[in-house]
Amino acid sequence: MRDNASGKVLLSNIEFIPGYAITRHLGLVQGSTVRAKNIGRDMMAGLKNIVGGELKGYTELLNESRQEAIDRMAQQADAIGANAVINIRFSTSNITAGASELLAYGTAVVLEQRS
Amino acid sequence: MEGLIKLVIFVLLVLTGLIVGTILERRHYRSIKKREVELGHILVFTERMPPHQFAGQPFQLVSGSVVVSGDYFKTAAAGLKKIIGGRLTSYESLLDRGRREAILRMKEQAAQFGAQAIFNVRFETSSLNQKRKNGIICAEMLAYGTALKAPPQAANETGFSANKNLR
Repeated sequence: MRDNASGKVLLSNIEFIPGYAITRHLGLVQGSTVRAKNIGRDMMAGLKNIVGGELKGYTELLNESRQEAIDRMAQQADAIGANAVINIRFSTSNITAGASELLAYGTAVVLEQRS
Repeated sequence: MEGLIKLVIFVLLVLTGLIVGTILERRHYRSIKKREVELGHILVFTERMPPHQFAGQPFQLVSGSVVVSGDYFKTAAAGLKKIIGGRLTSYESLLDRGRREAILRMKEQAAQFGAQAIFNVRFETSSLNQKRKNGIICAEMLAYGTALKAPPQAANETGFSANKNLR
């Protein structure tokens, strides 16, 4: 995964990271995007349906969108003075045919490495 | 006459799905098995907490995802099987290789980071088209977790050495 926009927020989906102390707890942060598939990708996917398998266009689309959701979450965490987001969860929901919402949420904290 | 043409097209699509789809599936499984051996040194756990040996090690969120789609043959086979119920084997293999591919992509990211283990691995599956008229399934599989670098001590002292035989 490429570095998030702020570049300095640590990300993890574990609750407590051994060897690090949580010195401040700053509450929930979240980021989300709603993305629709475009016609070009949809047509390619329609053709790919004949043989099945991976739909690379959709995989890329969802990866980009999820990265954007993570970036927004990291920016929000950075803005309130956190240096890490822990206990991250992802959620995907199909809002209409052809569009999905990708949500990333977690707890913004200040982490310090124990000496 | 028009109905006959439609039937011929449908049979052709099912046959293409059967022949090309099976070849592609075999090829994909070969590639999955090969990469699973190559990336066997990265350990994957669903444990929520890494053990104390990993204390203070650099960590990173890693994820892998893949969108897989069925074909006309798989859909037709599953449709017939639904009459009597039971295992839909044509979908089982599709979802299985999708999920294994997602795990492999997550492991590739962890390998790039130089990690030894991934903890708290979670899976998520979401369906992408519920309202398509042809009824072909299309789903996204996501695997994510926290990758940690190896502890500084010799790997076998920590008891976290990667087993060479581990697949």
